[in-house]
Amino acid sequence: MTQSQMTEKNRPDMSVEIAGVRFQNPVMTASGTFGSGIEYSEFVDLNRLGAVVTKGVSNIPWEGNATPRVSETWGGMLNAIGLQNPGIDIFVERDLKFLEPYDTKVIVNVCGKSEQDYLDVVERLSDEKRVDMLEINVSCPNVKEGAIAFGVHADSLFRITEKIKKVAKQPVIMKLTPNVTSIPELARAAEAGGADALSLINTITGMKIDVERRCFVLANRTGGLSGPAIHPVAVRMVYEAAHSVKIPVIGMGGIATAEDALEMILAGASGVAVGAMNFSDPMTTIRVIEGIEAYMERHQVSKITDLIGVL
Amino acid sequence: MSKKKTCMTVIENRAIAEGIYSMVLVCPEGESFGAVRPGQFVGVCCRDGSRILPRPISICDFDAEGKLLRLVYRCAGKGTAEFAGWEAGSEAQILGILGNGYDLSALVGKKVLLIGGGIGAPPLLGLAKSLKQADEAAGAGKVTAVLGYRTNDLFLAEEFRRAAEVIIATDDGSAGVHGNVIDAIRELSPEFDVICACGPMPMLRGVKALAEEKGVKAWISLEERMACGVGVCLGCVTKTAHKDEHSNVNNTRICTEGPVFDAEEVLL
Repeated sequence: MTQSQMTEKNRPDMSVEIAGVRFQNPVMTASGTFGSGIEYSEFVDLNRLGAVVTKGVSNIPWEGNATPRVSETWGGMLNAIGLQNPGIDIFVERDLKFLEPYDTKVIVNVCGKSEQDYLDVVERLSDEKRVDMLEINVSCPNVKEGAIAFGVHADSLFRITEKIKKVAKQPVIMKLTPNVTSIPELARAAEAGGADALSLINTITGMKIDVERRCFVLANRTGGLSGPAIHPVAVRMVYEAAHSVKIPVIGMGGIATAEDALEMILAGASGVAVGAMNFSDPMTTIRVIEGIEAYMERHQVSKITDLIGVL
Repeated sequence: MSKKKTCMTVIENRAIAEGIYSMVLVCPEGESFGAVRPGQFVGVCCRDGSRILPRPISICDFDAEGKLLRLVYRCAGKGTAEFAGWEAGSEAQILGILGNGYDLSALVGKKVLLIGGGIGAPPLLGLAKSLKQADEAAGAGKVTAVLGYRTNDLFLAEEFRRAAEVIIATDDGSAGVHGNVIDAIRELSPEFDVICACGPMPMLRGVKALAEEKGVKAWISLEERMACGVGVCLGCVTKTAHKDEHSNVNNTRICTEGPVFDAEEVLL
């Protein structure tokens, strides 16, 4: 046996299955921090990622909020982009076409202002072979209508999940907001509505004030906090969600290192996503993948599935 | 995968005026950025991990091989305050080269008016030098730089003089024309048939109005708070006169489609 075969044989099995979809590893990109991979493909080999999760796409183009839209905070950042996106037509023609040749899974994040907006996009994507899963954004804190309005009450979350499941051809991930009192209640509502998986957390609503100028830093006044500062909150919520439902959970929120990702996995996440830290270093996803592999070798874990939810 | 974060070495980092610093960086042995265009920028990463976002800093000057970059920056917050303390010989993580930069082919051989306000001046120095070289090769063209300052702390002005005719304007009247760059242009009437400008938004509005009045093209470099710097986050957009091809709305990414825009195409 040659050395390369040896290495191949002894390499830990990083693959995970979520709602019947097989991922080569659990590391994905968090929606809104990676576009559709076009820009970062100049830095990162997309073939190495578990999945590319696209920025939210709506039925028609959205202009988003006024600027300033972003601000750094201690160990993180606030954003209030407002889900600017080119609309589903351009997305299908350009972004999905771009992703076609890559050996990675594609999860499309779907946003809307009304129930029908979501259903339009979900239906439009139903025949798109390149789309492996849908992630439904009912948790963006930065738009006035829709989005989070569907995600903070158990009954509305249940209803929209049920309606989306009726038209969706791909497995559906409901993305939960942390801006609620009870994660288990919301997690169970999405599961009851037929969700195939959950992802969390979206950003935590925050605010930054410029004391010199005595004004809000963001034009939208409030924004979503992300980055390493929110990681412990995310781990706690992933743990709560994973222990409240039978469906798989994808964990995100401030992942910067393999250790951060492993915390989520041990807490019960079947997949993990890197968000704001892509901005800090476009290679963060690759460092996380390699770090998890190194951890598994060091701890002689042959299958990553043996680590999921051991706590 | 043509892009990456580059671990550059600081060769020099010194104050050149009150709160203004000049830092020269070199690529690792055997590496280079290749052709750099004046007006492009880099993301400079903080060493303090609590500051996660790269700081977009315009490139003031560069060498032909793209191995050396000079950044002239204002100490404006915690990140740039950290940069000001970086010592020669230390390492700097640099994301880039980013943005479009100025299109020299649209400027060579023409009477170009460079207008720089305060910390907007640095990227125009690289442009002035590139234009001087290209104009000499073409045997035509003239570059005039109008530089606006608050006081007579005229950073970079002497370096501009080696590449262009220089007009100075100061807010306090302590050097050159008393007033802003537009006042100086009105008073001294330099000849020009195209404008390149970088500076604060009120100045850029004045430049846009001046260009419309004179019927000339103005290429302006915009600034906005950025997160990724590479076109992903959509944090740094500006409103556009027409629908933007990438965004499919009247919004364009300053970091990617810019930072240099035709003034007619952006709403200020």
